[in-house]
Amino acid sequence: MVPFAGYEMPVHYPTGIIAEHLNVRTQAGLFDVSHMGQIRITGEKTPEWLETLLPTDIVGLKEGAQRYSFLTTETGGILDDLMVYRLRDEYCLVVNAANKDTDVAFLEENAIPGIEITLNEDRALLALQGPQAATALESIAPGAAKLGFMQAAEIKVADRPCFVTRSGYTGEDGFEISIDRISVSELASLLLTLEGVTPIGLGARDTLRLEAGLCLHGNDIGPDTTPIEAGLQWAIPACRRSGGERAGGFPGAERILSEIEQGASRVRVGIRPDGKAPVRAHAPLLTPDGVHVGEVTSGGFGPSLSAPIAMAYVPASLSEAGGTLEAQVRNKTLSVTVCGLPFVPHRYHRKP
Amino acid sequence: MTDLKFTAEHEWARLEGDVVTIGITDYAQDQLGELVYVELPEAGAQINAGQEVVVIESVKAAGDIKSPVNGTIIEVNSALSDEPEKVNEDPTGEGWFYRVRVDSTGDLDSLMDETAYQDLISSLD
Repeated sequence: MVPFAGYEMPVHYPTGIIAEHLNVRTQAGLFDVSHMGQIRITGEKTPEWLETLLPTDIVGLKEGAQRYSFLTTETGGILDDLMVYRLRDEYCLVVNAANKDTDVAFLEENAIPGIEITLNEDRALLALQGPQAATALESIAPGAAKLGFMQAAEIKVADRPCFVTRSGYTGEDGFEISIDRISVSELASLLLTLEGVTPIGLGARDTLRLEAGLCLHGNDIGPDTTPIEAGLQWAIPACRRSGGERAGGFPGAERILSEIEQGASRVRVGIRPDGKAPVRAHAPLLTPDGVHVGEVTSGGFGPSLSAPIAMAYVPASLSEAGGTLEAQVRNKTLSVTVCGLPFVPHRYHRKP
Repeated sequence: MTDLKFTAEHEWARLEGDVVTIGITDYAQDQLGELVYVELPEAGAQINAGQEVVVIESVKAAGDIKSPVNGTIIEVNSALSDEPEKVNEDPTGEGWFYRVRVDSTGDLDSLMDETAYQDLISSLD
């Protein structure tokens, strides 16, 4: 167990990180992600107001739809990344544990009359991820398997009312289940009895998201990186970009929209070390002639690839896949190759 | 009781003649989790007690292994390059790291015997 954002969290269960990781890729894994912040926002003007803080199409967000988004800073950095979904006329933001208090404070500072913001501390969150997640969940939550990727619904799971979204942080098909905290322990125990489902700790959560090329706020993204540097422009729809119906109007829009048009000067890339030694966060990256050009932001071992993998920021001119750089690890330089992301293809359940 | 001696950094040492075999303990491998990379020194290298001679990386973290003795490395367990998991599976057997011809077997006198080491790790839990 380790302390994490004020919670005691398991790094791994007895089978170890590699076995847990592979079980999510081949069967299903259960994650207790109750440390994440669930922020409920209500009030008639919520969609218009949220668009003043998020570069997302919230006005057009249909009931039961979910989007990936981020709170941005005045300089175009990422204050936090989050999921937002709509159920009836309530909007729920799922934010990083370490940022939930500052996120709520930021939302409240920027609130307008009629908007109500609640950090929903009476709700817990479980993630069920992997190719067998849908079959497992459907067996105790009829209707869950009908959801498409990035859809949300109020569904009874083992007869308890839950908010279920088809999303996650592993690159696999799967669900996140928001349930009242009194019932969560019983539900977790029940989910673990389902075929193929095993418990997963923080260690495999990190290796899974790294292989899927997903950012960890505080490592790969933060107030000093823009969404465009991070390669997250796909999360900013046409209606919020230059020339769109509701272009800009969120903090840092000027820089972010200009980077969409002109490109960022540095970008997030995948890194494959040529040898077997892992290259971890903060390792400097150099050109073969020794010029410092960037830094690794996350790195370790990818169990599905049985190889070390990493993510880093490099100048756009060096971001092409196949380029060779050197990583400084301890007192050695290790040859690494720039590559695209993700390392392991996503297998989300997209409806035809 | 085993014939192993132990350091407070969770290494074991086995003396045979003037050659010492070095590895990490079961407690250490369990704390580190699954090893994915082991960087060994070169045979023939002269090493001093306290010098970092092995780097190990688990899925979770990287760690350095310091030599408990002075001497000359005569052999390394090169099988660990392809199968670092041997350290987890058999830390005091097939998971050994290297063998040193020691300058003085007296280097081992300050190490713990198994009883003292078991007392140490039970005080850590």
